[in-house]
Amino acid sequence: MVVSAEHIKDKLTKELGATHVDVEDTSSNRCAASFKVLVVSPQFEGKQLLQRHRMVNTCLAEELKEIHAFEQKTLTPEQWEKQKSQ
Amino acid sequence: MNSLIRSTARCLRAGVAVYLPGRASGPVSLAAARYLCAAADIQKDLGEMVKKDKVVVFMKGTPAQPMCGFSNAVVQILRMHGVDDYAAYNVLEDQDLRQGVKVFSNWPTIPQVYFNGEFLGGCDILLQMHQNGDLVEELKKLGIKSALLDAEKESK
Repeated sequence: MVVSAEHIKDKLTKELGATHVDVEDTSSNRCAASFKVLVVSPQFEGKQLLQRHRMVNTCLAEELKEIHAFEQKTLTPEQWEKQKSQ
Repeated sequence: MNSLIRSTARCLRAGVAVYLPGRASGPVSLAAARYLCAAADIQKDLGEMVKKDKVVVFMKGTPAQPMCGFSNAVVQILRMHGVDDYAAYNVLEDQDLRQGVKVFSNWPTIPQVYFNGEFLGGCDILLQMHQNGDLVEELKKLGIKSALLDAEKESK
């Protein structure tokens, strides 16, 4: 399976009910498949950082087997609006 | 090769019965038995490793010489808080450890940070906790006073 930014974006949107997803392919900085994602979802509400990250990891479990480096930022819609206005 | 020998020795020392289904099977089953032994061993070792020290980091390279940007970030953040005395395990030196810690933590990437035997997260989480002040709180729970608190006091 070739992991693409599009594929990751679709999966996160579908499985985590994300209202906003940014996927950056950072592979050019390193030698192997690397991605940086921003996920905004109401499902993160009331969840600790580690829990949120585990949700993303579970969603992308198959893809992560192929990915070498992975960065993620998880926000609730409220946090996202706040960040945008800063 | 070294890690295989080490883990086999560990098995023998622990007195684990490495059951070989019929000697006649030959070298193939011996390798399989050794492999299973190593994998199970690592999980047990990890359980002890994360409890032995208050702060434990599984990283690529060493604190003096990190071999990866994310691992380096973890080292730098800890250093900023005055945490220089922690257990750091270089997964590049040991493929069993590298794979085993991902299974142990149920976390796909390195670096991995443990506070008091509990998995904290990777570089992203540590960075966010550093930025929002949670890291200072977590260190306080460990009985470690963050150097940033002193710096704050001095600037006032």
